[in-house]
Amino acid sequence: MDTFVQQLINGLNVGAIYALIALGYTMVYGILRLINFAHGDVYMVGAFTGYFIALQLGLAAGGPSLVSLTIVLLGSMFVAAVVGMIIERFAYRPVRKYSRMTTLIMAIGVSLLIENLFVARIGAAPRAFPDFLGSQSQLPYRLFGNAAISKAQIIIFLVSIALMVLLQWIVFKTKVGTAMRAVSFNLNSAKLMGINTDLIISLTFAIGSALAAAGGVLTAQYNPNIDPLMGILTGLKAFVAAVLGGIGNIPGAVLGGLLIGAAETFVVGYGYHIGIASTYRDAVAFAILILVLLLRPSGLLGSTVQEKV
Amino acid sequence: MKRTLFALLLITTLLIGFACERRGAGNNGGSTGPIVVGYYGDLSGRTSSFGQSTKNGAEMAADEINKAGGINGRTVQIVTEDDQGEPNKAATVVTKLINQDKVIALLGEVASSNSLAAAPKAQEAKVPMISPSSTNPQVTQVGDYIFRVCFIDPFQGEVMAKFSANNLHAKKAAILYDFNSDYSRGLYQFFKRSFTSLGGQIVSEQSYTQGDRDFSGQLTAIRAANPDVIYVPGYYGEVGVISNQKKQLGIKAPLLGGDGWDAPQLWQLGGSSLDGNYISNHYSVDDPSPAIQKFVADYKARYNILPDALAALGYDAMKVLADAIKRAGTTENVKLRDAIAQTQNFQGVTGRISIDKDRNAVKPAVVLKLQNMKFVYETTISPEGTPVTSASPNTGTSSASTGTTAPPAPPTKAASPAQ
Repeated sequence: MDTFVQQLINGLNVGAIYALIALGYTMVYGILRLINFAHGDVYMVGAFTGYFIALQLGLAAGGPSLVSLTIVLLGSMFVAAVVGMIIERFAYRPVRKYSRMTTLIMAIGVSLLIENLFVARIGAAPRAFPDFLGSQSQLPYRLFGNAAISKAQIIIFLVSIALMVLLQWIVFKTKVGTAMRAVSFNLNSAKLMGINTDLIISLTFAIGSALAAAGGVLTAQYNPNIDPLMGILTGLKAFVAAVLGGIGNIPGAVLGGLLIGAAETFVVGYGYHIGIASTYRDAVAFAILILVLLLRPSGLLGSTVQEKV
Repeated sequence: MKRTLFALLLITTLLIGFACERRGAGNNGGSTGPIVVGYYGDLSGRTSSFGQSTKNGAEMAADEINKAGGINGRTVQIVTEDDQGEPNKAATVVTKLINQDKVIALLGEVASSNSLAAAPKAQEAKVPMISPSSTNPQVTQVGDYIFRVCFIDPFQGEVMAKFSANNLHAKKAAILYDFNSDYSRGLYQFFKRSFTSLGGQIVSEQSYTQGDRDFSGQLTAIRAANPDVIYVPGYYGEVGVISNQKKQLGIKAPLLGGDGWDAPQLWQLGGSSLDGNYISNHYSVDDPSPAIQKFVADYKARYNILPDALAALGYDAMKVLADAIKRAGTTENVKLRDAIAQTQNFQGVTGRISIDKDRNAVKPAVVLKLQNMKFVYETTISPEGTPVTSASPNTGTSSASTGTTAPPAPPTKAASPAQ
C-alpha cells in the first residue's frame, strides 16, 4: 500500500509538470488552431534562464533558500513570457494568414532553431541546476509506512496548483480572459467587436510560456539535470497530455498531464510484474496518444463542438 | 534516365575506388616528419566530460614525449575529432581521421557503444586503435588491431560484487541499469553473475535510458524490495540525479557504481546526497606513489583541476602507444600492432599494464568511497593470480572510512575475484 501511494505521489509529481506545459499547448491551440511545437523548448529556455539568473545573482552559492527560488522562478517566468511573445511576433504572426500547414512547419523550424542555438552556444552537456530546497541533504517527510514526500515534491504540487488556479481566474474573471475566450470562438468577430486580437494572442503566448518556464524551474528542483534537448521528449508528452484531456480545454490539459504522469510511473513501478520493462515508459505515453486519436479524438473532456480556452 | 543512372553509378564506383586507394597509401605512413595520431571522443555531447578529460591526458602525454625528444627523433602530433558521443558520428570521424588525416593509430573512445561503432572502421583499414577506457569485452573482439589499456567489465562487475558481499556484507542487491548502454548492460550482467555466485540475491532489476529525468518510479520499486545495496552501473549525468532522488525517497542502502561515475559534474548534480556511495575505478588520486603524485601535480598545474581516471587512462594510452612505436622502430601498421600486443609490465599511472592475448589490459581496480564531494580510497582488488601492484592505501582516510561505515571488514584488503 505504501508503495502504491508512493508511486502515485511520484506520478502526480511528474504529471504536474506535464500539466503546466500542456496548458500552453492547449491555450495556443484554442486561440490559433496551432500546435506550437516550440513550446517544449520554451520549457527548456525557462529552466536555463533560471539557471543563469541563479548564477549571475550569486544565488547558487547562497545555498538552499525559498527566497532565491522565488526570485529565480519569477525571473525565468518573465523572460520566458518575453521569449514566447517574440516567437509569436516574428515567426507565427507573419505566416498566420497562410495555411495551417505553413504555421505547423514554422513551429517545427522554430523548435529546431532554439535547440540548436542552445547546443551551439552552451553545449549539449548536462548542467546542474542549483539546489534551493536542500533536496541533496534533507530526508523526506514520512507519511505512513515507507511512503514519504519530499520538500521538492510539496513545492512542485503547491506552486503548480497555485498557477493553475491563477490561470483559471485570469481566463474566467478578467477582461483579458474574456477577450481570450472571444478570440478563441471567432478571431474575426472578436476583431470586429473592437478586441485587439494581436495583443490577446501575444498575451496568450506570454502566459503559456511563463507556465512552461515555471515547470522547467520546478522540475529542476527535483531533477537538477538540465540540457538544451530536455524539452523535446517532455514537450511531446505534454502535447500528448493536452490531446488526452481534449486540446483547447484548460481543465482537460491538467487532467491529461496528471494522467500521463501517473500512467508512466505505474508502467515503471509495476510493469516488470507483467513483463514490461521500465524502458516502455515513453512508448506507453505515445500509445495513449494513438488510442485517444482512434477512440475519442476530442479527448476526455473535449466536446464535439469544441469549447475553446 | 537510365543512362544518367549508369553514369552516376560509374562515378560513385570510381570515387569509392579512389578513396580506397588513398587509404591504402596512408596507412604505412612516412618515416619522417611528425607522427600523426588520431584522437576521437565526445567533446560536446552528454558525456563530454569523458572526452575532454581523456583528450587532456593524451595531449599532456604527447607534450611530455615531445619535450623529451619525441619518439625515435620524431615528434607526436594529435589530431582531434569530436563525435558528440554518438556511435554513428564516432564511425564517421574515425573514417575521416584514417582517410584524410592519415593517422598511424587511433586513441578513443571512452563509451563502449561509441568504440564498438568506430572499431570496425579501424580494423577494416588496419589502423591500430587503443581505447583508453571502454570496458565492454566486445570492443577488442572486433579484431586484432583493437586494444585497450583498461580492465574489462567482467572484472569490474566482479570487483563490486566481491566488495558488496565481502566488505559490506550485503545479502540482497538491487540493480538499476542503463538499458541502451553496452557498458551498463555488461556491468549489470557480470555483477549479477558474480554476486549470486557469492551467495547473494538480486531482489530487484530496474532499468532506465540515457536522458531520462525521473527515476522515482524505479527507485520506489527498489525500495519495496528492501535491498542492502543498489548497483547503478551508469554514467554521471543520470547517476547524480538518481542519487538525489534516492535521498528524497528516504532510501538508506548505498549506491554502488563503476568508472562511469567519475566526472566533476557528478558532484554538482548529486551534491551531498552522494555521501556513502562506492565506485570501482582505475586509479586513485590519493595514491602516494611518486609517479602518480607527479602526474597529478603536473596535470593540476596544466589544467587547474584534479585528473579523473579518464584523464589518467588517456595519458597511459598515449604512453603505451609511444612505447610500442619506439620498440617497433616504425609506424608501419603490422609491426606497430605486434609491438602494442607485446606490451608487458608497462608502468602507467593507472597501474602496471600488460596486454593479454585478447588485447585487454590486465590490472587491478580500486574501490573508492564518495565522501564530502571527493572520492576517497577504500581498497584495491586485483585480478586472479596477480599481486597488488599499485594504489597502496592512503592510510589516514581509508582507515577512517572503513571504521565509520563498513561493518567489521575482513582483514584482507585485496580480494581476488572468482573465475
